[in-house]
Amino acid sequence: MINLKYFFQGFSCIKRFDSPAIALFCCMIAIGALFKNIGLNIQESFFSTFLTYALPGSLVMAESLIIGAPLLNIFIAVWLVNARLYPMTVSLMPLLMHESQPKWKYYLSCHFVAVSAWLIMKSNYQNVDKKNRIDYWMGVGTATWSIAIIGTIIGFITSDFLNKDVMIGLAIVNPVYFMCMMIGAMQTIQITLSIILGAILGPAFYYLSPEWSILFGGFFAGTIAYFVGTKNDN
Amino acid sequence: MTTSIVLAIIVTSIATYSSRFLGVLSSEKIKETSKIFVWFNCLAYSTLAALIARVVIFPYGILSETDHLLRLIVLFFSILIFYLTKRNLVYPTVFSAIILFFLSSYF
Repeated sequence: MINLKYFFQGFSCIKRFDSPAIALFCCMIAIGALFKNIGLNIQESFFSTFLTYALPGSLVMAESLIIGAPLLNIFIAVWLVNARLYPMTVSLMPLLMHESQPKWKYYLSCHFVAVSAWLIMKSNYQNVDKKNRIDYWMGVGTATWSIAIIGTIIGFITSDFLNKDVMIGLAIVNPVYFMCMMIGAMQTIQITLSIILGAILGPAFYYLSPEWSILFGGFFAGTIAYFVGTKNDN
Repeated sequence: MTTSIVLAIIVTSIATYSSRFLGVLSSEKIKETSKIFVWFNCLAYSTLAALIARVVIFPYGILSETDHLLRLIVLFFSILIFYLTKRNLVYPTVFSAIILFFLSSYF
């Protein structure tokens, strides 16, 4: 079924000193505390991270609950902020697909597609032969997913001890960590341009449409970077 | 459990999983050597960068209670530390949390 050797190799990626586990853990603590403050109980907080496992989506859900938004609005708002998971999945899964592996593994493990696991896998997939990549990925995903769930619960339990300034300190960890990780990933013209243009156009489109800014900004930035990169290669 | 919260969690997880599910479905027809794969790779990095930049400049949640300038200063110095420490990820991360904690306490 699952090759445990590769699964645990992937799982152990969070033990590294500079693994995304720390950043993920910090921001999930902030999420857990936020869930408690807005009235979720511990089971609801657990299941929210268990089932969603995407930080911006959880934040949008929390904000929608605070203002009492209807379910349809929550769905649309979360879908818009998490639609980035579509290109992320499409740019990862073909690297992991192998005809000898059953399809359920891909449909199950796509739940782990989130920034931290995705960036780990993107920088490590070449070290694993293609046949075993899906098992390695399931290990990476399970590890980061577990960290997120544990962080949420700890945040929920310790929320009384976390004042506003500590929460703010925890909340900045995530964007800073991932910004640095993205800069580290800037190794080709296409990727470098994608990241720089995305960082400019995403906020720029916010002035046109806050809801669509990530998708529009990302789409135009990625497409321009693709064509410039292709032209440069030619 | 309150019904509305449970429903909100379910709706959120469906909205999130749908993009992942469709991603796998599309991946079955996309080869890693194809042009469309390269394009999606660019889109993935650019939407991620767009999201992170948006979170810093127009944040959700508690970060929105801090000043614009404070966040940008913290980000700038964190990136500087990232380069100065030969691309170590832990130092800038820890620095950002501590410095923003102090700055938001005093401003």
